[in-house]
Amino acid sequence: MQVDEATVRRIARLARIKITDTEAKALEKELSGILDWVRQLDEVDTASVEPMTRVVAQKLKMRDDVVTEGDIADAVTANAPMTDDHYFVVPKIVE
Amino acid sequence: MSDLTKLTMAEARDGLRKKAFTALELTDAFLSAIEQANPVLNAFVLPTPEHARAQAKESDKLIAAGKARPLEGLPIGNKDLFCTKGIRTTACSKILDDFKPPYESTVGQNLWDAGAVMLGKLNNDEFAMGSSNETSAFGSVVSPWRRRGADGKLSADKLVPGGSSGGSSAAVAADLCLAATATDTGGSIRQPAALTGTVGIKPTYGRCSRWGIVAFASSLDQAGPIAKTVRDAAMMLKAMASHDPKDSTSVDAPVPDYEAAIGLGVKGLRVGVPREYRVEGMSKEIEKLWDDGIRWLKDAGATIHDITLPHTKYALPAYYIVAPAECSSNLARYDGMRYGLRVNGENLIDTYEKTRAAGFGKEVRRRILIGTYVLSAGYYDAYYLKAQKVRTLIKRDFDEAWGKVDVVLTPTTPSPAFAFGEKTGDPLAMYLEDIFTVTVNMAGLPGMSVPSGLSSQGTPLGLQLIGKPFDEETLFRTAQVIEDAAGRFRVPAKWWMKG
Repeated sequence: MQVDEATVRRIARLARIKITDTEAKALEKELSGILDWVRQLDEVDTASVEPMTRVVAQKLKMRDDVVTEGDIADAVTANAPMTDDHYFVVPKIVE
Repeated sequence: MSDLTKLTMAEARDGLRKKAFTALELTDAFLSAIEQANPVLNAFVLPTPEHARAQAKESDKLIAAGKARPLEGLPIGNKDLFCTKGIRTTACSKILDDFKPPYESTVGQNLWDAGAVMLGKLNNDEFAMGSSNETSAFGSVVSPWRRRGADGKLSADKLVPGGSSGGSSAAVAADLCLAATATDTGGSIRQPAALTGTVGIKPTYGRCSRWGIVAFASSLDQAGPIAKTVRDAAMMLKAMASHDPKDSTSVDAPVPDYEAAIGLGVKGLRVGVPREYRVEGMSKEIEKLWDDGIRWLKDAGATIHDITLPHTKYALPAYYIVAPAECSSNLARYDGMRYGLRVNGENLIDTYEKTRAAGFGKEVRRRILIGTYVLSAGYYDAYYLKAQKVRTLIKRDFDEAWGKVDVVLTPTTPSPAFAFGEKTGDPLAMYLEDIFTVTVNMAGLPGMSVPSGLSSQGTPLGLQLIGKPFDEETLFRTAQVIEDAAGRFRVPAKWWMKG
């Protein structure tokens, strides 16, 4: 499986990571190498195999839908790069 | 007073009980060892001396009052992947910047509730992605071990301590803490333990809560200890493990007293030796190590059985689909809005892209991109679904083996510790470090690395034990037999000490 430069740029956009031209070139080679290597899984016949969803079978526990921890706006916003009165301040989204 | 830092955790516990020394004296001994070693070894990214002394003083009060808890006054290191309330936690990534969690990880809280003292936060590969601790934003950790040349002299070449829990393994091996927390997604506890002559156990998936541990690949991540001895690892795991309503994958089952399993021996135990682990190009010394392990267990009364785990060779490629896919989802949260680094751009998307380009290191970016690719429209079935089906087959191999054997014995790593830069050029060469450990994560099983010998260059080698789900006790009793036969392996010289 060969990944071309356009695909690298498309994935980087999807992942929201800015890449330079030099990085795009290098990644083309690295990602192709890794994806080629994982293709050896095609040798395995999995036609009648269920995908694994949990490593240990167990039933999920249910809990009451109630507020267990509240009134901690200070703690929630304490690490934000920019805040205003317990709001996260973000770049303009709607013109 | 003799050097308190050389004690094992069990010996230190005895010393505190007998009042041979105080928790504060013990803590101060480690803090001064860290002060000397850290500029050279870089094992701690944030020593927390004041916090440690306050905890030690509290322990001394409880000891004096006869109210000592199981790990009372015992100083340990905490991998920087574990959130610590009010104390900087970074996963050794620039993207978390100066993040101070408003909460403590469940595993950490369990340890402090058991009386343990935190000496500081330990270095690791960025977001636990790496096998050499060379991807940390705080720089590499240097192994306290050095190769011995043909002339018998120790070489000055810097060796890696393994990864991703390289700060944990180096700190324990260098006597900078009694034991350390660690995490293991594909081998990150067992491989660094093997490369530093320490004991490391990744328990069954679900044994320890993942709450408050920075996530890498959620279906594979599991916490465990790195310690000096098998007994010390048992003490640590007992305290770390618990059911936690805050982690829906943590298992509601009683945690056994692992220390009690030590000394039970292996008489009549059925030990499996999987033929698929005799990989091409495996070094002679690793083969000899494996044969030694087989002999020790046989001599102690175990029976040895050849087994087959036919899908072993597909575990690593399947892992490098599953782990990056889950990593790309988990790391999507680092958007520069609510915590961590923000690099302002021309608009919102530009801000996201610049923040994530500046905040994530090269290996993390590579894995996010691979994960994004395999999960992108049109590729999901061919990669992620295929890998999850292969995972079912890997687990089935083990399920069939458990009909014939009680525990599986393999080497932990395909080769001894390597030098800086030796494997950084080619991501695939580094990924092969996990070839023997990754199957265990894919199947959710418990796995343990025990120091078992030295390479021709005098560096440590480890054997791996793999157990049935939630049967960590069998790993502890088997590991103790290996430790008794092989002996302990200490660094030959504390070359980083001045004077």
